[in-house]
Amino acid sequence: MTTLPQSTERKLGLVIDLDTCVGCHACVVSCKGWNTENYGAPLSDVDPYGADPVGTFLNRVHSYEVTPDDGVNAFTVHMPKSCLHCDDAPCVTVCPTGASFKRAEDGIVLVNEQDCIGCGLCAWACPYGAREMDALAGVMKKCTLCVDRIYNENLPEEDRVPSCVRTCPAGARHFGDLGDETSAVSQLVADRGGMDLMPEQGTKPVNKYLPPRLRDALPAAPVTAKTAEPGTEGLDGFLGWIDRTLTRF
Amino acid sequence: MHPAPSIIAFTTLSGLGLGLLVFLGLGLVTPTGLAAVLWFGLGYALTLAGLAFSTFHLGHPERALKAFSQWRSSWLSREAVLAAAALLVIAPHAAGLVFWQTPLPGFGLIGGILCLLTILATAMIYAQLRTVPRWNHWTTPALFLLSGLTGGAILAGLSLIAQLLLAWLAVILALHWLLGDKQFALRGSTLGTATGLGGRGTVRQLEPPHSGQNYLLREMVYVVARKHALKLRILALIGACVLPSILLWIAPFSILSLIAAALIHLAGMLASRWLFFAEAEHVVGLYYGQR
Repeated sequence: MTTLPQSTERKLGLVIDLDTCVGCHACVVSCKGWNTENYGAPLSDVDPYGADPVGTFLNRVHSYEVTPDDGVNAFTVHMPKSCLHCDDAPCVTVCPTGASFKRAEDGIVLVNEQDCIGCGLCAWACPYGAREMDALAGVMKKCTLCVDRIYNENLPEEDRVPSCVRTCPAGARHFGDLGDETSAVSQLVADRGGMDLMPEQGTKPVNKYLPPRLRDALPAAPVTAKTAEPGTEGLDGFLGWIDRTLTRF
Repeated sequence: MHPAPSIIAFTTLSGLGLGLLVFLGLGLVTPTGLAAVLWFGLGYALTLAGLAFSTFHLGHPERALKAFSQWRSSWLSREAVLAAAALLVIAPHAAGLVFWQTPLPGFGLIGGILCLLTILATAMIYAQLRTVPRWNHWTTPALFLLSGLTGGAILAGLSLIAQLLLAWLAVILALHWLLGDKQFALRGSTLGTATGLGGRGTVRQLEPPHSGQNYLLREMVYVVARKHALKLRILALIGACVLPSILLWIAPFSILSLIAAALIHLAGMLASRWLFFAEAEHVVGLYYGQR
Protein backbone atom coordinates (compact mmCIF):
# COMPACT_ATOMS: atom_id res chain seq x y z
CA MET A 1 0.00 0.00 0.00
CA THR A 2 1.14 3.52 -0.61
CA THR A 3 0.25 4.60 2.87
CA LEU A 4 3.29 5.47 4.95
CA PRO A 5 4.41 3.28 7.85
CA GLN A 6 3.56 4.77 11.26
CA SER A 7 7.21 4.55 12.20
CA THR A 8 10.24 2.74 10.88
CA GLU A 9 12.56 0.47 12.88
CA ARG A 10 15.59 2.30 11.58
CA LYS A 11 16.02 5.52 9.62
CA LEU A 12 18.84 4.85 7.21
CA GLY A 13 20.01 7.96 5.46
CA LEU A 14 22.83 10.27 4.50
CA VAL A 15 24.48 13.16 6.26
CA ILE A 16 26.12 15.51 3.79
CA ASP A 17 28.75 17.95 4.96
CA LEU A 18 28.47 21.20 3.02
CA ASP A 19 31.66 22.40 4.68
CA THR A 20 33.69 19.58 3.20
CA CYS A 21 32.12 18.97 -0.20
CA VAL A 22 34.43 20.26 -2.90
CA GLY A 23 31.93 19.89 -5.73
CA CYS A 24 33.92 17.32 -7.70
CA HIS A 25 30.81 15.38 -8.86
CA ALA A 26 32.51 12.03 -8.16
CA CYS A 27 29.38 10.94 -6.24
CA VAL A 28 27.26 11.78 -9.29
CA VAL A 29 29.40 9.62 -11.55
CA SER A 30 29.67 6.67 -9.16
CA CYS A 31 25.90 6.79 -8.52
CA LYS A 32 25.17 6.76 -12.21
CA GLY A 33 27.60 3.89 -12.72
CA TRP A 34 26.37 1.68 -9.88
CA ASN A 35 22.70 2.23 -10.58
CA THR A 36 23.09 1.64 -14.29
CA GLU A 37 24.95 -1.63 -13.85
CA ASN A 38 22.91 -3.08 -10.98
CA TYR A 39 19.35 -3.05 -9.59
CA GLY A 40 16.51 -1.84 -11.80
CA ALA A 41 16.27 -0.19 -15.19
CA PRO A 42 19.57 1.43 -16.22
CA LEU A 43 19.86 5.21 -15.97
CA SER A 44 19.63 6.07 -19.63
CA ASP A 45 21.12 8.90 -21.62
CA VAL A 46 19.40 10.30 -24.67
CA ASP A 47 21.60 11.81 -27.38
CA PRO A 48 24.69 11.42 -25.15
CA TYR A 49 27.22 12.49 -27.79
CA GLY A 50 24.94 14.86 -29.69
CA ALA A 51 23.99 18.50 -29.41
CA ASP A 52 21.35 18.11 -26.69
CA PRO A 53 22.36 15.35 -24.27
CA VAL A 54 19.85 14.52 -21.51
CA GLY A 55 20.17 11.79 -18.94
CA THR A 56 18.69 10.36 -15.77
CA PHE A 57 20.60 11.00 -12.56
CA LEU A 58 19.70 10.13 -8.97
CA ASN A 59 22.16 12.57 -7.49
CA ARG A 60 23.14 15.99 -8.76
CA VAL A 61 25.52 18.59 -7.34
CA HIS A 62 24.38 22.21 -7.30
CA SER A 63 26.73 25.09 -6.55
CA TYR A 64 25.63 28.24 -4.75
CA GLU A 65 27.22 31.48 -3.66
CA VAL A 66 26.29 32.91 -0.26
CA THR A 67 26.93 36.59 0.38
CA PRO A 68 26.61 37.54 4.06
CA ASP A 69 24.61 40.65 4.84
CA ASP A 70 27.76 42.73 5.42
CA GLY A 71 28.72 42.06 1.81
CA VAL A 72 32.20 40.69 2.51
CA ASN A 73 33.56 37.17 2.81
CA ALA A 74 31.14 35.63 0.33
CA PHE A 75 31.59 31.88 0.06
CA THR A 76 30.73 29.02 -2.26
CA VAL A 77 28.69 25.97 -1.23
CA HIS A 78 28.48 22.76 -3.25
CA MET A 79 25.27 20.92 -2.52
CA PRO A 80 24.82 17.33 -3.62
CA LYS A 81 21.12 16.54 -3.73
CA SER A 82 19.42 13.15 -3.88
CA CYS A 83 16.36 11.53 -2.29
CA LEU A 84 16.08 12.56 1.38
CA HIS A 85 14.04 9.41 2.28
CA CYS A 86 11.50 11.61 4.09
CA ASP A 87 9.55 10.30 7.07
CA ASP A 88 6.46 12.01 5.67
CA ALA A 89 7.21 11.32 2.01
CA PRO A 90 4.54 12.95 -0.21
CA CYS A 91 5.82 10.98 -3.22
CA VAL A 92 4.66 7.71 -1.65
CA THR A 93 1.06 8.58 -0.82
CA VAL A 94 0.27 10.07 -4.24
CA CYS A 95 1.24 6.88 -6.10
CA PRO A 96 -1.87 5.31 -7.67
CA THR A 97 -0.42 1.82 -8.17
CA GLY A 98 1.47 1.06 -4.98
CA ALA A 99 4.78 1.11 -6.86
CA SER A 100 6.15 3.75 -4.48
CA PHE A 101 6.69 2.64 -0.91
CA LYS A 102 8.62 3.38 2.25
CA ARG A 103 10.07 0.34 3.98
CA ALA A 104 9.03 -0.15 7.61
CA GLU A 105 12.30 -1.90 8.49
CA ASP A 106 14.80 0.77 7.46
CA GLY A 107 12.83 3.74 6.12
CA ILE A 108 14.21 3.55 2.58
CA VAL A 109 11.83 4.94 -0.06
CA LEU A 110 11.80 2.73 -3.14
CA VAL A 111 9.96 2.23 -6.43
CA ASN A 112 8.82 -1.19 -7.56
CA GLU A 113 9.51 -0.73 -11.26
CA GLN A 114 7.22 -3.59 -12.28
CA ASP A 115 4.22 -1.70 -10.86
CA CYS A 116 5.17 1.84 -11.98
CA ILE A 117 2.94 3.19 -14.76
CA GLY A 118 5.16 6.23 -15.29
CA CYS A 119 2.49 8.84 -14.51
CA GLY A 120 5.05 11.18 -12.98
CA LEU A 121 2.85 12.35 -10.10
CA CYS A 122 5.42 11.34 -7.45
CA ALA A 123 8.02 13.54 -9.11
CA TRP A 124 5.54 16.44 -8.94
CA ALA A 125 4.92 15.74 -5.26
CA CYS A 126 8.63 15.85 -4.34
CA PRO A 127 9.88 19.34 -3.43
CA TYR A 128 13.53 18.34 -3.88
CA GLY A 129 13.58 17.08 -7.45
CA ALA A 130 14.73 13.70 -6.21
CA ARG A 131 12.75 11.62 -8.70
CA GLU A 132 13.35 11.50 -12.41
CA MET A 133 11.40 9.58 -15.02
CA ASP A 134 13.72 7.55 -17.19
CA ALA A 135 13.14 8.57 -20.79
CA LEU A 136 13.80 5.09 -22.21
CA ALA A 137 12.45 2.80 -19.48
CA GLY A 138 9.33 4.94 -18.85
CA VAL A 139 9.50 4.29 -15.10
CA MET A 140 10.36 6.53 -12.19
CA LYS A 141 13.94 6.34 -10.95
CA LYS A 142 15.17 7.49 -7.58
CA CYS A 143 17.95 6.97 -5.05
CA THR A 144 17.66 3.50 -3.47
CA LEU A 145 20.28 4.32 -0.85
CA CYS A 146 22.09 1.55 -2.74
CA VAL A 147 19.86 -1.06 -1.15
CA ASP A 148 21.68 -3.60 -3.32
CA ARG A 149 25.03 -2.69 -1.70
CA ILE A 150 24.30 -2.00 1.95
CA TYR A 151 22.95 -5.51 2.69
CA ASN A 152 25.07 -7.28 0.08
CA GLU A 153 27.19 -9.91 1.77
CA ASN A 154 29.01 -10.65 -1.46
CA LEU A 155 30.77 -7.31 -1.11
CA PRO A 156 33.65 -6.63 1.29
CA GLU A 157 32.32 -4.97 4.43
CA GLU A 158 33.80 -1.55 3.67
CA ASP A 159 31.83 -1.49 0.40
CA ARG A 160 28.45 -2.04 2.10
CA VAL A 161 27.62 1.67 2.03
CA PRO A 162 25.97 3.69 -0.75
CA SER A 163 28.18 4.13 -3.78
CA CYS A 164 28.30 7.92 -3.38
CA VAL A 165 29.52 7.60 0.21
CA ARG A 166 32.18 5.03 -0.74
CA THR A 167 33.40 7.24 -3.58
CA CYS A 168 33.51 10.70 -2.00
CA PRO A 169 37.20 11.67 -1.94
CA ALA A 170 36.59 14.48 0.55
CA GLY A 171 34.72 12.41 3.14
CA ALA A 172 31.76 14.76 2.86
CA ARG A 173 29.13 12.02 2.81
CA HIS A 174 28.17 9.85 5.78
CA PHE A 175 25.77 6.92 5.92
CA GLY A 176 24.03 5.49 8.96
CA ASP A 177 20.92 5.14 11.11
CA LEU A 178 19.53 8.57 11.89
CA GLY A 179 16.86 7.03 14.10
CA ASP A 180 19.51 5.88 16.57
CA GLU A 181 20.69 8.82 18.68
CA THR A 182 23.95 7.11 19.50
CA SER A 183 24.97 6.45 15.89
CA ALA A 184 27.93 8.30 14.41
CA VAL A 185 25.72 10.13 11.93
CA SER A 186 23.28 11.27 14.65
CA GLN A 187 26.22 12.52 16.73
CA LEU A 188 27.50 14.43 13.71
CA VAL A 189 24.09 16.02 13.18
CA ALA A 190 23.88 17.00 16.86
CA ASP A 191 27.43 18.42 16.97
CA ARG A 192 27.27 20.38 13.75
CA GLY A 193 23.66 21.58 13.76
CA GLY A 194 22.47 19.36 10.90
CA MET A 195 19.54 20.87 9.05
CA ASP A 196 16.53 19.91 6.92
CA LEU A 197 16.01 21.25 3.41
CA MET A 198 12.74 23.17 2.92
CA PRO A 199 11.32 22.25 6.36
CA GLU A 200 8.22 24.32 5.54
CA GLN A 201 7.14 21.58 3.13
CA GLY A 202 6.50 19.31 6.11
CA THR A 203 8.23 16.29 4.58
CA LYS A 204 10.44 15.52 7.62
CA PRO A 205 13.53 14.50 5.64
CA VAL A 206 15.76 11.77 7.11
CA ASN A 207 18.88 13.00 5.27
CA LYS A 208 20.52 15.95 6.97
CA TYR A 209 22.89 18.63 5.71
CA LEU A 210 25.71 19.99 7.85
CA PRO A 211 26.00 23.76 7.31
CA PRO A 212 29.36 25.25 6.35
CA ARG A 213 31.44 26.19 9.42
CA LEU A 214 31.70 29.90 10.18
CA ARG A 215 34.72 31.40 8.44
CA ASP A 216 37.34 33.58 10.12
CA ALA A 217 36.46 37.22 9.71
CA LEU A 218 39.30 39.35 8.34
CA PRO A 219 40.30 42.16 10.75
CA ALA A 220 39.92 44.81 8.05
CA ALA A 221 38.03 44.95 4.82
CA PRO A 222 40.08 43.09 2.20
CA VAL A 223 41.88 45.04 -0.50
CA THR A 224 39.65 44.96 -3.52
CA ALA A 225 39.62 46.97 -6.72
CA LYS A 226 37.44 49.52 -5.00
CA THR A 227 39.72 50.12 -2.04
CA ALA A 228 42.87 50.17 -4.19
CA GLU A 229 42.22 53.57 -5.76
CA PRO A 230 45.57 55.25 -6.64
CA GLY A 231 46.63 57.92 -4.15
CA THR A 232 49.84 59.84 -3.44
CA GLU A 233 49.27 61.29 0.01
CA GLY A 234 52.31 61.07 2.29
CA LEU A 235 54.80 60.36 -0.52
CA ASP A 236 58.27 61.89 0.05
CA GLY A 237 61.82 61.50 -1.27
CA PHE A 238 62.35 60.89 -4.99
CA LEU A 239 58.80 59.58 -5.67
CA GLY A 240 57.36 62.57 -3.77
CA TRP A 241 59.43 64.96 -5.95
CA ILE A 242 58.16 63.21 -9.14
CA ASP A 243 54.57 63.41 -7.87
CA ARG A 244 54.88 67.13 -7.05
CA THR A 245 56.61 67.89 -10.36
CA LEU A 246 54.05 65.99 -12.47
CA THR A 247 51.16 67.58 -10.57
CA ARG A 248 52.49 71.06 -11.51
CA PHE A 249 52.24 70.33 -15.25
CA MET B 1 4.64 23.03 -14.82
CA HIS B 2 4.82 21.60 -18.31
CA PRO B 3 1.40 21.97 -19.97
CA ALA B 4 1.18 18.51 -21.55
CA PRO B 5 -1.59 18.53 -24.20
CA SER B 6 -2.73 15.06 -23.10
CA ILE B 7 -3.40 16.22 -19.54
CA ILE B 8 -5.09 19.45 -20.67
CA ALA B 9 -7.38 17.48 -23.00
CA PHE B 10 -8.02 14.86 -20.31
CA THR B 11 -9.02 17.23 -17.51
CA THR B 12 -11.10 19.48 -19.77
CA LEU B 13 -12.98 16.81 -21.74
CA SER B 14 -13.63 14.44 -18.85
CA GLY B 15 -14.76 17.39 -16.69
CA LEU B 16 -17.19 18.43 -19.43
CA GLY B 17 -18.54 14.89 -19.94
CA LEU B 18 -18.92 14.24 -16.23
CA GLY B 19 -20.62 17.63 -15.79
CA LEU B 20 -23.18 16.67 -18.44
CA LEU B 21 -23.73 13.28 -16.79
CA VAL B 22 -24.35 15.04 -13.45
CA PHE B 23 -27.36 16.87 -14.92
CA LEU B 24 -28.58 13.80 -16.79
CA GLY B 25 -28.16 11.66 -13.68
CA LEU B 26 -29.89 14.07 -11.34
CA GLY B 27 -32.80 14.14 -13.78
CA LEU B 28 -32.72 17.86 -14.58
CA VAL B 29 -33.13 16.74 -18.17
CA THR B 30 -34.73 13.39 -18.98
CA PRO B 31 -34.34 12.72 -22.70
CA THR B 32 -35.77 9.47 -24.00
CA GLY B 33 -35.14 7.26 -27.01
CA LEU B 34 -32.77 8.62 -29.62
CA ALA B 35 -32.27 11.90 -27.74
CA ALA B 36 -31.15 9.90 -24.70
CA VAL B 37 -28.71 7.93 -26.88
CA LEU B 38 -27.22 11.18 -28.16
CA TRP B 39 -27.04 12.96 -24.81
CA PHE B 40 -25.78 10.08 -22.70
CA GLY B 41 -23.54 9.08 -25.61
CA LEU B 42 -22.00 12.56 -25.60
CA GLY B 43 -21.44 12.42 -21.83
CA TYR B 44 -19.85 8.99 -22.01
CA ALA B 45 -17.82 9.83 -25.13
CA LEU B 46 -16.34 13.01 -23.64
CA THR B 47 -15.51 11.30 -20.35
CA LEU B 48 -13.99 8.24 -21.99
CA ALA B 49 -12.08 10.36 -24.52
CA GLY B 50 -10.65 12.35 -21.62
CA LEU B 51 -9.64 9.20 -19.79
CA ALA B 52 -8.07 7.82 -22.98
CA PHE B 53 -6.03 11.02 -23.38
CA SER B 54 -4.85 10.65 -19.78
CA THR B 55 -3.12 7.36 -20.65
CA PHE B 56 -1.05 9.09 -23.36
CA HIS B 57 1.27 10.66 -20.83
CA LEU B 58 1.96 7.38 -19.03
CA GLY B 59 5.30 5.66 -19.42
CA HIS B 60 3.54 2.28 -19.20
CA PRO B 61 -0.14 2.60 -20.23
CA GLU B 62 -0.44 -1.20 -20.39
CA ARG B 63 -0.21 -1.26 -16.59
CA ALA B 64 -2.98 1.34 -16.13
CA LEU B 65 -5.29 -1.13 -14.37
CA LYS B 66 -2.89 -1.14 -11.42
CA ALA B 67 -3.99 2.45 -10.78
CA PHE B 68 -7.29 1.20 -9.34
CA SER B 69 -5.56 -0.32 -6.31
CA GLN B 70 -4.46 2.55 -4.04
CA TRP B 71 -7.72 4.41 -3.43
CA ARG B 72 -7.03 4.51 0.30
CA SER B 73 -4.18 7.00 -0.07
CA SER B 74 -3.94 8.30 -3.64
CA TRP B 75 -6.26 10.84 -5.26
CA LEU B 76 -5.19 9.64 -8.70
CA SER B 77 -6.30 6.12 -7.82
CA ARG B 78 -9.54 7.44 -6.29
CA GLU B 79 -10.22 9.29 -9.53
CA ALA B 80 -9.86 6.08 -11.54
CA VAL B 81 -12.13 4.12 -9.18
CA LEU B 82 -14.74 6.90 -8.97
CA ALA B 83 -14.80 7.43 -12.75
CA ALA B 84 -15.37 3.73 -13.38
CA ALA B 85 -18.03 3.57 -10.64
CA ALA B 86 -19.81 6.68 -11.94
CA LEU B 87 -19.99 5.40 -15.52
CA LEU B 88 -21.20 1.97 -14.37
CA VAL B 89 -23.82 3.23 -11.91
CA ILE B 90 -25.34 5.73 -14.31
CA ALA B 91 -25.61 3.12 -17.08
CA PRO B 92 -28.90 1.50 -15.90
CA HIS B 93 -30.47 4.99 -15.67
CA ALA B 94 -29.31 5.73 -19.23
CA ALA B 95 -30.53 2.33 -20.47
CA GLY B 96 -33.92 2.86 -18.83
CA LEU B 97 -34.36 6.17 -20.66
CA VAL B 98 -33.08 4.83 -23.98
CA PHE B 99 -35.02 1.58 -24.17
CA TRP B 100 -38.06 1.93 -21.89
CA GLN B 101 -38.53 5.73 -21.65
CA THR B 102 -38.25 5.21 -17.88
CA PRO B 103 -35.71 6.97 -15.67
CA LEU B 104 -34.20 5.03 -12.78
CA PRO B 105 -33.75 7.94 -10.36
CA GLY B 106 -31.86 5.91 -7.75
CA PHE B 107 -29.09 4.95 -10.16
CA GLY B 108 -29.22 8.44 -11.68
CA LEU B 109 -28.85 10.21 -8.35
CA ILE B 110 -25.99 8.05 -7.07
CA GLY B 111 -24.31 8.12 -10.51
CA GLY B 112 -24.62 11.91 -10.63
CA ILE B 113 -23.04 12.26 -7.20
CA LEU B 114 -20.24 9.88 -8.23
CA CYS B 115 -19.65 12.05 -11.33
CA LEU B 116 -19.27 15.10 -9.09
CA LEU B 117 -16.90 13.22 -6.80
CA THR B 118 -14.85 12.14 -9.83
CA ILE B 119 -14.37 15.77 -10.87
CA LEU B 120 -13.40 16.56 -7.27
CA ALA B 121 -10.85 13.72 -7.27
CA THR B 122 -9.32 15.06 -10.50
CA ALA B 123 -8.99 18.47 -8.90
CA MET B 124 -7.49 17.03 -5.71
CA ILE B 125 -4.68 15.37 -7.71
CA TYR B 126 -3.44 18.92 -8.27
CA ALA B 127 -4.77 20.64 -5.14
CA GLN B 128 -3.00 18.16 -2.83
CA LEU B 129 0.49 19.13 -4.08
CA ARG B 130 2.17 21.36 -1.52
CA THR B 131 5.05 21.63 -3.98
CA VAL B 132 2.94 23.74 -6.35
CA PRO B 133 1.54 26.56 -4.18
CA ARG B 134 -0.75 27.92 -6.90
CA TRP B 135 -2.62 24.61 -7.06
CA ASN B 136 -2.51 23.85 -3.33
CA HIS B 137 -5.48 26.15 -2.71
CA TRP B 138 -9.26 25.87 -2.37
CA THR B 139 -9.81 27.61 -5.71
CA THR B 140 -8.50 24.51 -7.54
CA PRO B 141 -11.36 22.14 -6.60
CA ALA B 142 -13.83 25.02 -6.91
CA LEU B 143 -12.57 25.76 -10.42
CA PHE B 144 -12.66 22.13 -11.59
CA LEU B 145 -16.15 21.50 -10.17
CA LEU B 146 -17.58 24.73 -11.56
CA SER B 147 -16.03 24.35 -15.00
CA GLY B 148 -17.33 20.78 -15.31
CA LEU B 149 -20.82 21.77 -14.18
CA THR B 150 -20.92 24.89 -16.36
CA GLY B 151 -19.96 23.01 -19.52
CA GLY B 152 -22.38 20.26 -18.54
CA ALA B 153 -25.25 22.71 -18.10
CA ILE B 154 -24.60 24.24 -21.53
CA LEU B 155 -24.48 20.78 -23.13
CA ALA B 156 -27.65 19.78 -21.28
CA GLY B 157 -29.40 22.86 -22.71
CA LEU B 158 -30.18 24.22 -19.24
CA SER B 159 -29.75 27.87 -20.22
CA LEU B 160 -30.78 29.48 -16.94
CA ILE B 161 -28.59 27.23 -14.77
CA ALA B 162 -25.75 27.69 -17.28
CA GLN B 163 -26.05 31.47 -16.98
CA LEU B 164 -25.75 31.32 -13.19
CA LEU B 165 -22.82 28.90 -13.36
CA LEU B 166 -21.05 30.99 -16.03
CA ALA B 167 -21.11 33.98 -13.70
CA TRP B 168 -19.71 31.91 -10.83
CA LEU B 169 -17.09 30.36 -13.09
CA ALA B 170 -15.89 33.83 -14.10
CA VAL B 171 -15.54 34.80 -10.43
CA ILE B 172 -13.66 31.61 -9.52
CA LEU B 173 -11.38 31.86 -12.56
CA ALA B 174 -10.45 35.41 -11.57
CA LEU B 175 -9.95 34.39 -7.92
CA HIS B 176 -7.82 31.40 -8.93
CA TRP B 177 -5.58 33.71 -10.94
CA LEU B 178 -5.39 36.63 -8.53
CA LEU B 179 -5.05 34.63 -5.30
CA GLY B 180 -2.85 32.10 -7.09
CA ASP B 181 -0.36 34.82 -8.02
CA LYS B 182 0.37 35.34 -4.31
CA GLN B 183 0.57 31.76 -3.08
CA PHE B 184 4.22 31.05 -3.88
CA ALA B 185 5.44 34.04 -1.89
CA LEU B 186 2.98 33.31 0.95
CA ARG B 187 4.41 29.82 1.46
CA GLY B 188 7.82 31.31 2.20
CA SER B 189 9.91 28.84 0.19
CA THR B 190 13.02 30.54 -1.16
CA LEU B 191 16.47 29.45 -2.30
CA GLY B 192 17.41 30.24 1.31
CA THR B 193 15.05 27.62 2.77
CA ALA B 194 15.71 25.20 -0.09
CA THR B 195 19.44 25.16 0.67
CA GLY B 196 19.11 25.84 4.41
CA LEU B 197 21.65 28.63 3.92
CA GLY B 198 19.27 31.60 4.01
CA GLY B 199 20.31 32.50 7.55
CA ARG B 200 23.88 33.01 6.41
CA GLY B 201 23.20 35.65 3.80
CA THR B 202 21.89 35.97 0.27
CA VAL B 203 21.99 32.71 -1.69
CA ARG B 204 22.44 32.75 -5.44
CA GLN B 205 22.93 29.97 -7.95
CA LEU B 206 26.55 29.91 -9.00
CA GLU B 207 26.53 26.86 -11.26
CA PRO B 208 23.73 24.42 -12.15
CA PRO B 209 24.43 20.68 -11.74
CA HIS B 210 24.79 20.20 -15.50
CA SER B 211 24.98 22.37 -18.57
CA GLY B 212 22.02 20.79 -20.38
CA GLN B 213 18.36 20.06 -19.85
CA ASN B 214 16.90 17.41 -17.57
CA TYR B 215 13.56 15.80 -16.73
CA LEU B 216 12.98 18.11 -13.76
CA LEU B 217 13.53 21.29 -15.75
CA ARG B 218 11.35 20.15 -18.65
CA GLU B 219 8.55 18.88 -16.46
CA MET B 220 8.48 21.35 -13.58
CA VAL B 221 10.39 24.52 -14.44
CA TYR B 222 8.36 25.61 -17.45
CA VAL B 223 8.60 29.35 -17.97
CA VAL B 224 7.32 29.93 -21.51
CA ALA B 225 3.81 31.01 -20.52
CA ARG B 226 4.52 34.06 -18.44
CA LYS B 227 5.13 36.47 -21.31
CA HIS B 228 1.54 36.42 -22.60
CA ALA B 229 -0.19 35.34 -19.41
CA LEU B 230 -2.37 38.43 -19.00
CA LYS B 231 -3.59 38.42 -22.61
CA LEU B 232 -4.36 34.71 -22.39
CA ARG B 233 -6.25 35.17 -19.14
CA ILE B 234 -8.48 37.79 -20.75
CA LEU B 235 -9.05 35.63 -23.84
CA ALA B 236 -9.81 32.59 -21.68
CA LEU B 237 -12.30 34.54 -19.57
CA ILE B 238 -14.05 35.92 -22.66
CA GLY B 239 -14.19 32.49 -24.30
CA ALA B 240 -15.10 30.41 -21.26
CA CYS B 241 -17.64 32.78 -19.70
CA VAL B 242 -18.48 36.07 -21.45
CA LEU B 243 -19.28 34.96 -25.02
CA PRO B 244 -21.28 31.83 -24.01
CA SER B 245 -23.26 33.97 -21.59
CA ILE B 246 -24.08 36.51 -24.29
CA LEU B 247 -25.09 33.74 -26.73
CA LEU B 248 -27.36 32.08 -24.17
CA TRP B 249 -28.88 35.45 -23.33
CA ILE B 250 -29.63 36.28 -26.98
CA ALA B 251 -31.03 32.87 -27.94
CA PRO B 252 -31.47 30.64 -24.89
CA PHE B 253 -33.52 27.94 -26.64
CA SER B 254 -31.78 27.76 -30.01
CA ILE B 255 -29.84 24.57 -30.67
CA LEU B 256 -27.34 26.48 -32.80
CA SER B 257 -26.64 29.02 -30.08
CA LEU B 258 -26.21 26.21 -27.53
CA ILE B 259 -23.74 24.40 -29.77
CA ALA B 260 -21.83 27.61 -30.46
CA ALA B 261 -21.81 28.48 -26.75
CA ALA B 262 -20.54 25.00 -25.87
CA LEU B 263 -17.73 25.12 -28.45
CA ILE B 264 -16.61 28.64 -27.48
CA HIS B 265 -16.79 27.67 -23.81
CA LEU B 266 -14.65 24.60 -24.52
CA ALA B 267 -12.05 26.70 -26.36
CA GLY B 268 -11.93 29.17 -23.46
CA MET B 269 -11.62 26.35 -20.93
CA LEU B 270 -8.78 24.75 -22.92
CA ALA B 271 -6.94 28.08 -22.84
CA SER B 272 -7.55 28.50 -19.12
CA ARG B 273 -6.49 24.89 -18.44
CA TRP B 274 -3.29 25.52 -20.42
CA LEU B 275 -2.65 28.50 -18.15
CA PHE B 276 -3.49 26.38 -15.09
CA PHE B 277 -0.46 24.23 -15.87
CA ALA B 278 1.83 26.71 -17.58
CA GLU B 279 1.57 29.34 -14.84
CA ALA B 280 2.02 26.89 -11.97
CA GLU B 281 5.43 27.10 -10.37
CA HIS B 282 7.01 24.13 -8.62
CA VAL B 283 9.31 24.76 -5.64
CA VAL B 284 12.05 22.58 -7.18
CA GLY B 285 12.70 25.50 -9.56
CA LEU B 286 14.28 27.30 -6.60
CA TYR B 287 17.24 24.90 -6.70
CA TYR B 288 17.84 26.01 -10.28
CA GLY B 289 17.64 29.71 -9.49
CA GLN B 290 14.15 29.86 -11.00
CA ARG B 291 10.62 29.83 -9.77
